Amino acid sequence: MRITCPYCGERDRREFYYRGAAVDLERPAPDAGEDAWNDFVYLRDNPAGVTRELWCHEGGCGAWIVVTRNTVTHEILGSQLASEVKR
Amino acid sequence: MRFSGLRVLKEGLTGNKGWTPHWRDPEPKSEYDIVIIGGGGHGLSTAFYLAKEHGLTNVAVLEKGYIGGGNVGRNTTVVRANYFLPGNSEFYSHSLKLWEGLEEELNYNVMHSQRGLINLFHSDGQRDDAARRGNMMISQGDDAILLGRDELREMLPYLNYDDLRFPLYGGLYHPRGGTARHDAVAWGYARGADQRGVDMIQNCEVTGIDIENGVVRGVQTSRGPIRAKKVAMVAAGRSGQVAAMAGMRLPIESHILQAFVTEGLKPCIDHVVTFGMGHFYISQSDKGGLVFGGDLDFYASYAARGNLPTVESVMEAGMALMPMIGKAQVLRSWGGIMDMSPDGSPIIDKTDIEGLYLNCGWNYGGFKAVPGSGNVFAHLIATDRYHENATGFQLDRFRTGRGIIDEEGKGSQHNLH
Repeated sequence: MRITCPYCGERDRREFYYRGAAVDLERPAPDAGEDAWNDFVYLRDNPAGVTRELWCHEGGCGAWIVVTRNTVTHEILGSQLASEVKR
Repeated sequence: MRFSGLRVLKEGLTGNKGWTPHWRDPEPKSEYDIVIIGGGGHGLSTAFYLAKEHGLTNVAVLEKGYIGGGNVGRNTTVVRANYFLPGNSEFYSHSLKLWEGLEEELNYNVMHSQRGLINLFHSDGQRDDAARRGNMMISQGDDAILLGRDELREMLPYLNYDDLRFPLYGGLYHPRGGTARHDAVAWGYARGADQRGVDMIQNCEVTGIDIENGVVRGVQTSRGPIRAKKVAMVAAGRSGQVAAMAGMRLPIESHILQAFVTEGLKPCIDHVVTFGMGHFYISQSDKGGLVFGGDLDFYASYAARGNLPTVESVMEAGMALMPMIGKAQVLRSWGGIMDMSPDGSPIIDKTDIEGLYLNCGWNYGGFKAVPGSGNVFAHLIATDRYHENATGFQLDRFRTGRGIIDEEGKGSQHNLH
């Protein structure tokens, strides 16, 4: 599996750290309540198909990127800097 | 049909013409008391114990593919009870006891082999940790022996004792651990449930779960609608998709775990052995193949095949520990889809929907739990009460933060286990 970093181009999967579903970018307010935090920390759509994930190019430029990827075929469909997704 | 030595002899002398199919292939009825979604190891054992221990036989197991075609036939067959934390400890102990009586209970040879499991340690700190774990296992009533380097060398002479980077200090020996024939476990439970009247419905994919006013009414399937008073979701690997049909989101992320097998060799590895300085474990199947595996690929996947970085790291760990296996040729590798839960422990619980039950989140350790999981889940479905050995696997532990079972001490969060 090769992942495209917006800065460095297509690189080996070994250079990247997998964080999980891109839900991590939608952090609730501290007082949003138990259910909102349960949704955020634990519950996942976990789709068989296209999903958006947060990866870090830790073995390269260090950028956090949002990768659109198919969990059935491992095809990488796109990537964006997390800093641009969440302005 | 009962299996016995005499029967094998008789059939052998008469052309093996008397054997009959292990289970019927019935058409689904329009209604059952209980429908189990998923004909894997856990679904089948749930059906078996519902029939055997609770007398509930108006039960159907709905399997999308064929019996034994899922993760129950795609694992590395290790059976053990070496857990540390309350919640896990009594459950896996319960499961191992069921394993020990399983062949007689099922009248089926599941080739359960208590060849012993040895977790290696490589430092003083790891030895202290192993001793503590061993004491917990003993206090649970199970068995554990702390082996020093010399004792270890006597038992496992083939390890690399000259490795300066990963020195071998000893191992925690769990004599009752071992392996079993995974397919036979599925077949044995399916046959046992079938003999008691449970319908095994293969090639039957559940496409919807019918819920009215918060009460489950049945399921929609590729072979027509089936009404049911109770529905049990036991589809580890695909739990998220099944639960979504009931409008639920689960604290589960599906990951890929790879395993490997070599060509058949003469007996050389007598136990199950795990490396303590890299993720690698190995045993030798009765056919002679070395069966081994390591860590997850560490990204969400439903591909049932992995990527090369994990292959490489597993092979490297294997070579560091036992250089002799470098001469064996790997015949095949495969991947299984794991329900990864945030704390690395499973979920066996009721849901907010009346009559709908959930069994999922087996991470990379579902096989050894097959008897225990089915046994306690059947108890929950039949009585609506938790089994005494499975009170800790509640779904709500994540939302409330109370009762997290973080066996590896890594934290309770996705991507840590």
